[in-house]
Amino acid sequence: MGLTGWLRWGWRQLTSMRTALILLFLVALASVPGSIFPQRGQSPERVVQYFEEHETLAPWLDRLSLFDVFAAPWFAAIYLLLFVSLAGCVLPRSWQLLQNVRSRPPAAPKRFGRLPQSAEFRSDETPEQVLEQARQALRKRRFRTVADDGSLAAEKGYLHEAGNLVFHLSLLALLFAVGLGAMFGYRGNLLLTEDTGFSNSVAYYGEYHPGHMVDPDDLAPFQVTLDDFEVDFVSSGEQVGQAREFTARMTYRERPGAAERSETVRVNHPLEVSGAKVYLLGHGYAPTFKVTDGRGNVVFDDAVQFLPMDSANLASEGVIKAPDAEPQQLGFQMMFWPTAAPTPDGSSVFSSFPGPLNPMVAVVGAFKGDLNMDSGDPQSVYELDAEKLEMVKVERRAMGVGETLKLPDGAGEITFTGFKEYASLTVTHDPGRVPALVAASLAVAGLVVSLMTRRRRVWVRASAGEDGRTVVEVGGLTLGTPTVEFDDLLRELRPEEPEPEPEPASAGTIKE
Amino acid sequence: MVDTELADLSNNMLLGAVLLYVVAMLGYAADLAFTPRPAKARAKELVGAGAPVEGSADDGAEPAAAPRRDWGRFAVVITVFGWLLHAGGVVSRGLSVSRWPWGNMYEFVVAICLAAVAGFLVLMIRNKARYLGAFVMLAVVLGLGAATIWLYQAPGELVPALKSYWIAIHVGAAIVSSGGFTVGFVATLLYLAKARHEEKAKEGFLDRLPGSTVLDDLAYKATMFVFPVWTFSIIAGAIWADEAWGRYWGWDPKETWSFIVFAIYAGYLHARATAGWKGRKAAVVATVGYAALLFNLVGVNIFLEGLHSYADV
Repeated sequence: MGLTGWLRWGWRQLTSMRTALILLFLVALASVPGSIFPQRGQSPERVVQYFEEHETLAPWLDRLSLFDVFAAPWFAAIYLLLFVSLAGCVLPRSWQLLQNVRSRPPAAPKRFGRLPQSAEFRSDETPEQVLEQARQALRKRRFRTVADDGSLAAEKGYLHEAGNLVFHLSLLALLFAVGLGAMFGYRGNLLLTEDTGFSNSVAYYGEYHPGHMVDPDDLAPFQVTLDDFEVDFVSSGEQVGQAREFTARMTYRERPGAAERSETVRVNHPLEVSGAKVYLLGHGYAPTFKVTDGRGNVVFDDAVQFLPMDSANLASEGVIKAPDAEPQQLGFQMMFWPTAAPTPDGSSVFSSFPGPLNPMVAVVGAFKGDLNMDSGDPQSVYELDAEKLEMVKVERRAMGVGETLKLPDGAGEITFTGFKEYASLTVTHDPGRVPALVAASLAVAGLVVSLMTRRRRVWVRASAGEDGRTVVEVGGLTLGTPTVEFDDLLRELRPEEPEPEPEPASAGTIKE
Repeated sequence: MVDTELADLSNNMLLGAVLLYVVAMLGYAADLAFTPRPAKARAKELVGAGAPVEGSADDGAEPAAAPRRDWGRFAVVITVFGWLLHAGGVVSRGLSVSRWPWGNMYEFVVAICLAAVAGFLVLMIRNKARYLGAFVMLAVVLGLGAATIWLYQAPGELVPALKSYWIAIHVGAAIVSSGGFTVGFVATLLYLAKARHEEKAKEGFLDRLPGSTVLDDLAYKATMFVFPVWTFSIIAGAIWADEAWGRYWGWDPKETWSFIVFAIYAGYLHARATAGWKGRKAAVVATVGYAALLFNLVGVNIFLEGLHSYADV
């Protein structure tokens, strides 16, 4: 076997059903670790946590791409092979179907006895009459018929193969649509506090995941403002504290200077603007504070987004940075409870309800010194860099709205002035979304058509018998399980009173 | 918010349904046990040979007019009453909370059992598959029992993420297909047992079931019918995910496992038409597929962390 021989052999192996089946099972098997181990694409924070908990195992798993299963080279290898195998199987079959549709049904075989369905009976009518009746009966059932000398060939059910091919070709198309979205789409996440806005540009996003072909300068230049955010919580009964509805009232412009429009965004109801969608995924509290420095100047007066520590009742924590404070910069680590309540032993405070029934804050740590914000390294807004800071001893107490805590030695003071809410938003643009939907819908349609129809052939032969009556032979071949249609057809063609046959015909029996 | 009277009614109706299903199961078992076996087998062959036009190629399950004490008919009547009670339980549960009655794992499993019994009733009428009754009833009683004991949740409101008309479409399709897969799974198990039995040519209880070809065919039919429904359910879920989470596919554990189930059952449908795979191997594939389906329905919510976790247990 030469090189071409080997290539041909390899191609035949790859495109065989057996290989396709094994690849299909491999894809299923290969997906399993992606559901067991945390994945970077879905929950990067849980991957970090896994690394902390499994110090020796995690790096090995990482080497095998087990935290990026669906982007792993071995996963790609399996599904690409599967799709090549699929294409290698389906494309020639599409060509063959076209040929079949254009050519006539195959002529009647010599012996009908070998067919899965066959029958023989006598008729008093002439062969021509019998064949004409058969032709009409078959046409009525939407068979394609061709008359040969003394026999009739009929075929129908091309939709079975057509549906089958549409299904598989649609899967190929789906893969391309997904690829299209991955190349030309993007996703950005941000937390947006009430009364603030953002523009669709990379600078505003806390996380930004562009496709390979996305130019950050080409993002649609829309602007969105969050005017009001509300959560309706269940306030009594077994489900107390469960959110009933999130409502975010937004105003937006397609581009700077365009007409302003408003929209109410809910979970399951995103804002659509300029081909992108803005989704409401979560929420949190942004308490507002006023910080006065040692010289009596107000150096901070704003809302600060706090991150929930307790997802049920939204006890949250956050930091305040006042880099303009003089003589020394000030920083605070804070807790916020939307509904503050004392713990049973009275020693501390917890949040007993996620809604803001009794909002309180406490200073967990107060710092003065250098916030280290000029080092050039990006700093998290949720953490203080304590390296050059000095902790200031302050009274730890829960403060209600309007209360002020003074720092010792006249270093400044902090006032809890109120709170706002923020919405956790995701902005996505995915040009593959509609093609993917079309491909998926076609796949289901093809599948249904394919599973509901069967390709079948019927042949009828009529000839003059020795006793002067006409011998009628009927044969049927169905791809897949034989249908009852053959029996119905036979009942129609057969004379009213069937005479006893010397040898039993085998109609309706299945030979697999 | 919650109409407790309706909720209690739902619980009582479901309890009644389980009891009726147990009675029906015994009825089907009696039907299988007390039907004279060899006569039946012979009669069927004679019918097949003497009147080739009668009887379609599809069923061949049992002769229509075989003499029998009517345990079977009794069981069917009880099943229908049980199913009506079951359906009443599902509907009243939905009415008690003014929403679709499949918002948590308990309601979901109860609805799947309803779909499984419906699937069995359809196969019984269309394919004379009454012999499946005892086994489907067993599966359904186990399912309803497990749901009531381990998964029960008091009726309540849904989290905002589930408040969408897609819950009717996506979860509804998942329920129908899971019910159908359940019936197909029962037939597959019977096929595996029967094929083994035939191979060893032993006498026994399994003689009372139709031939392995018929069972295999029935399992295939059930699976073939619901496979597109399952596919549709995945796609509807993807559309909903696009509305709710901003992406239509994100390899969330539930998505991953629904894909795995899809791939395995697709493998089964292909295997059945492939030389060297049809028969027992294909049946094993279908069995693995059902195991993956069960894991996806319940296991994913218990063992794996993901976005579908609000459908809590």
